[in-house]
Amino acid sequence: MCLRFSAAMPLSTQSQADDEQYVLVASLDNARNLSNILKAITFKDHAIFNATPNGLKVTVEDSKCLQANAFIQAEIFQEFTIKEDLVGFQVNLTVLLDCLNIFGGSSVPGVSTALRMCYGGYGFPLTLFLEEGGVVTVCKINTQEPDEPIDFEFCSTNVTNKVILQSESLKEPFSELDMTSEVLQITMSPSQPYFRLSTFGNSGNAHYDYPKDSDMMELFQCTKTQTNRYKMSLLKPSTKALALSCKVSVRTDSRGFLSLQYLVRNDDGQICFVEYYCCPDEEVE
Amino acid sequence: MKFRGKIVDVACLNHFTRVVTTISKLTKTCVLRLTPDNLFFVLSGKVANGGVGMWCELSQANFFDEYQMEGVSPEDNEILLEVTPENLSRALKTVQNAKAVKVKLTKKHCPCLTIAAELPTLSSVSRVVTHDVPVDIVPRRLWHEFKEPIMPDFDVSVYLPPLKTMKSVVDRMKNLSNFLVIEANLNGQMNLKIETDLVSVTTHFKDLGNPPWGDDAASPSRESEAMAEARVDVRRLQQFLVGQQVNPSRAMCNIVHQGVVHLILLHEDVSLQYFIPAVA
Repeated sequence: MCLRFSAAMPLSTQSQADDEQYVLVASLDNARNLSNILKAITFKDHAIFNATPNGLKVTVEDSKCLQANAFIQAEIFQEFTIKEDLVGFQVNLTVLLDCLNIFGGSSVPGVSTALRMCYGGYGFPLTLFLEEGGVVTVCKINTQEPDEPIDFEFCSTNVTNKVILQSESLKEPFSELDMTSEVLQITMSPSQPYFRLSTFGNSGNAHYDYPKDSDMMELFQCTKTQTNRYKMSLLKPSTKALALSCKVSVRTDSRGFLSLQYLVRNDDGQICFVEYYCCPDEEVE
Repeated sequence: MKFRGKIVDVACLNHFTRVVTTISKLTKTCVLRLTPDNLFFVLSGKVANGGVGMWCELSQANFFDEYQMEGVSPEDNEILLEVTPENLSRALKTVQNAKAVKVKLTKKHCPCLTIAAELPTLSSVSRVVTHDVPVDIVPRRLWHEFKEPIMPDFDVSVYLPPLKTMKSVVDRMKNLSNFLVIEANLNGQMNLKIETDLVSVTTHFKDLGNPPWGDDAASPSRESEAMAEARVDVRRLQQFLVGQQVNPSRAMCNIVHQGVVHLILLHEDVSLQYFIPAVA
């Protein structure tokens, strides 16, 4: 992996002609529609950006066992111009978030930061033009060659168990999770207890049960009883995605791999997705 | 040496408390200089403070209903005390409800500024609250360190942008870099810039206006577009912005190119000057 520094790019005023130099230009009237969803996957410094004509996919990984992806479709952006089929780069996500929130990032109604995000291609920095109340901030963030995201080989044909829950029902348990427990155990079954979250901490064992006919359960498709354990430290960051979302789908496949998919509505009510993939800690029969 | 003052107006008490609280956010200790007409909170720009200087001037008549002082001698009719403004602020905050607050220089086990107030209670008997805030008397031979700073020969003077916006930007920049460049020109433009290996960020403020110090103040031949700049420790600037609780009537910034950033805030009855030295 090599670090490339930008050539001295002149800070010219933005005009359509200047866009010739960029392979990717994405604009938002409200930068929060990007920064909020990125916060849901910020648990590591680096993020892999992959842009296609369909939109933006941002990936963050942890120790080859956890992957979080945020999807922002092209339609969410006020402008989304891409000159290649696939544009990929890697940036420091905490730096990017500090830049996106340069004007404070508070949600004052009626006030928002406008964003224009530009990328010149391999070797160029990610350039952000942010404007609020007539004040303009220009950020140039150095980019790196993107790592290849891990393919967890999670496909729908291999899914053994699936539930879709309203996020409301999971928010409290997730925020209360016993952090002294090294694992979060998820049991899914066509019979009792149907869907159960368990922790084993210093103060004892805790179980959260969700019956299949609960109001909160929008979909229940469990074919086989499965109990899997996942490292708490890996799953805890997903709480941020849960907090933003209104619905979550929980799926496990025959290997015990976990897929969490979150439906997130942004400030303008548009839908984006965040997903987490996690490897099981150990097989529990 | 004698000093006794009394504040009876609740608005004056509030305001005075706010000023002391602002000072407490700017520095841990400073010198309180009492003269017949004014109070000054002073930080001399010594290396120990990172070269940062502060001069806050209050007209005593705007705050105190009664004010009597007798300085070290008739020729040197002043009192200089080294204080920890946070202790003063904390004491003042507890007496905001009082009908009258007395401030007196006393000698307990050590010299103190004693804050005394009668607080109303539900019964007919008032509650008396006394705070003894320890101070150090600054000897006459050191007084020269706490004189009013001379206005530096600045290259550019510009009005500051809204402090709230400036604070948001500086807060984020502090996450990204230890040093920040402030630059401004006579065209009312100011930029805040940081640059590291990872990222460069520039915030552009325009149409700020330049204070009319007088035609001969800044060099007359200076091109209006030319920027004067100073690279400063970002924490110093952030500290200054964190302290501001009330919007000033005038906020200005004078820059000596690669020398010093001189910030001036004017409120109705308080003026605050803050000097941040430029670093290489």
